[in-house]
Amino acid sequence: MNAVTETAAPDYRLPMHRRRKLVNIVALSLSLAAMAFGLIWLIWILWDTLLLGVKGLGATTFLQDTPPPNSEGGGLRNAIVGSLVMVSSATAIGTPIGVLAGIYLAEYGQRGWLGNLTRFINDILLSAPSIVIGLFVYTVIVAQTRTFSAFAGIIALALIVIPVVIRTTENMLSLIPNALREATFALGAPKWVMIWRVTLKAARAGVVTGVLLALARIAGETAPLLFTALSNQFFTLNLGEPMANLPVTIFKFAMSPFANWQAMAWAGVFLITIGVLTLNILARVLFRQKH
Amino acid sequence: MDAATSPLKPNEKVKMKVRNLNFYYGKFQALKNINLEVPEKKVTAFIGPSGCGKSTLLRVFNRMFELYPEQRAEGEVNVDGENVLTSKEDVALIRAKIGMIFQKPTPFPMSIYDNIAFGVRLFENLSKSAMDDRVEWALRKGALWNEVKDKLGQSGTSLSGGQQQRLCIARGIAVRPEIILFDEPCSALDPISTSKIEELIDELKSDYTVAIVTHNMQQAARVSDYTAYMYLGDLVEFGETDQIFIKPRRKETEDYITGRFG
Repeated sequence: MNAVTETAAPDYRLPMHRRRKLVNIVALSLSLAAMAFGLIWLIWILWDTLLLGVKGLGATTFLQDTPPPNSEGGGLRNAIVGSLVMVSSATAIGTPIGVLAGIYLAEYGQRGWLGNLTRFINDILLSAPSIVIGLFVYTVIVAQTRTFSAFAGIIALALIVIPVVIRTTENMLSLIPNALREATFALGAPKWVMIWRVTLKAARAGVVTGVLLALARIAGETAPLLFTALSNQFFTLNLGEPMANLPVTIFKFAMSPFANWQAMAWAGVFLITIGVLTLNILARVLFRQKH
Repeated sequence: MDAATSPLKPNEKVKMKVRNLNFYYGKFQALKNINLEVPEKKVTAFIGPSGCGKSTLLRVFNRMFELYPEQRAEGEVNVDGENVLTSKEDVALIRAKIGMIFQKPTPFPMSIYDNIAFGVRLFENLSKSAMDDRVEWALRKGALWNEVKDKLGQSGTSLSGGQQQRLCIARGIAVRPEIILFDEPCSALDPISTSKIEELIDELKSDYTVAIVTHNMQQAARVSDYTAYMYLGDLVEFGETDQIFIKPRRKETEDYITGRFG
C-alpha cells in the first residue's frame, strides 16, 4: 500500500485531465455524428416532400375532387375535407375521455388497483400497432353495419388519441407539486374544485400539448382508415358512408401508374407534413410558454 | 405535561385544546400523547429540531394529514369545545375556519385578484363590488395592497417570493378564519421579506389565533407569546415565550435554545 504524500509534483493532475478531455472529444464527436445521421434523413425527406409536393400543388388541389383514372385535372378537396372532418371529430371525442381518465389516474387512482390496471391497459393501448386498431374497429363496426364509413374511421382514430391524451394528462398533473393541492384544500376547497380550478389549470399547457401531439399522430395514420373509412372518389360529409382522406388517397395514388396521380400523392404528403410540422411547433411553443 | 399545569394566564381564553393526541405515519409514532392549550388571539410558536413533530402537529389541527391514507391521529383537538378530529362537520368547513400558510409560497395559476377571491367564492356569493372590497381588505391585511393595487389582473406567480408568501397569507385571511396556522412561513424567504411577515403576524394576533412552526428560535422569540418546545414527538415544555427563552424549566429546553444541542 502506498502512503499518501502531502505534496505532489506540480503537474500531477495533467495526465488524467488530458485523458478526460480526450474521452470528452470522442464522446461529443460520436453523439454529433449520430445526430447528423438522423438529421440527414429528416432533411432529405422534407426536401423531397417540398420539391415534389409543391410541384403537385395547384389551385385545383383545393377546389376539385380526386379524378377518375386516365383523366386530366382533379384535386384533393374531398380527401382534405375528409381528413379534417375525421381528425377533428376523433380529437373531439378522444380528448374529453383521455383528459378525464388522465385526471382519474393522477388525482384519484395513484395507488389503488383500478388505477394500476387502467395505467397498464393504457400502456398496452398506447403501443398497439394502429393496424390492429383498424382491424378491431372493422370487426366491431364495419362488419356489423356492413359498410365502410367515416364514423368507423373516427372511432378508430379516437382510439389512438385516447391513450396518448391519458398518458400526457396524467404525467402533466403528476408534475404539479402537492403543495399546491394542500394549499387549495387548506382554504376549504373540495377536491373537484382543486382539480378543475387549480391543478388542471396549472397543467393546461402540457395537456394541450398532449392533445396537439395526438392530433399530429392521427393526421398521418393510414392503417386504421384503410379498414374503416376506406376512401371515396367523391366529396361527402355523410358520416355513414366511406369518406376520402389524405393518407389512404396518398397510398392509392402513389401506388398508381398515372403520373398526375403520383404528383397529387406528393401534394398530399406535403400538406400532411406541413400540417403535422405546424402542430408540433405549436405544441412546443405552447409548452415553452408555461415552463 | 397535563392540563393542570397550563401556563395560560387566568384572563386568557383557550381557543384550541389538544388532549392525549397521538399520531402515526404508518407504524411510526410521530406524536406522543400531546396535551396543550392554545390561547385565543395570541401567537403560539412550536420549536424543536427537525423531525420533532412540530409540523405534524400543525397538520393535525386542520386535518391536512387526512390527504394521506397511511397517516392516522388519535385523541382530541378541541376548537371552541368541539373535537375537530371526530367532528360531523365537513372537513372543508373546518379548514375554512382553521387556515394554513405553507413553507413555500403556493400562488395559484391565476390572477392576483382571483387568488384572493378563490377561497371566498367557495363559501360566499358576493357581488362584484363586495368582492372588490374583500380582496382589497385581505391584501391590506396581508401588507401587499400597495405593491399590487395597480396590477391585480397579473398572474400571482409573477410576484417575488416574499410577495407570493404575503399573497398566500392574504388569501388565507380572505376567507376570514379564526385560527391561522403558519408552517415555517419564512424558511424560503430573504431577511427583509421575513421581517415583513413577522410584523404581519404580530398584527394578525389582534384578530386571530396564530400558531407558527419555525426553525428559527429568534423568530419564535420575536413573534410569539407562548412557545412549545418539542423533541422526538414529545411536548417537552410549554410556557410563556419569555419564560421559555430566559428561564426554561427543563434542561433539554435550555440545551436546545442555547444551541448546545440541535
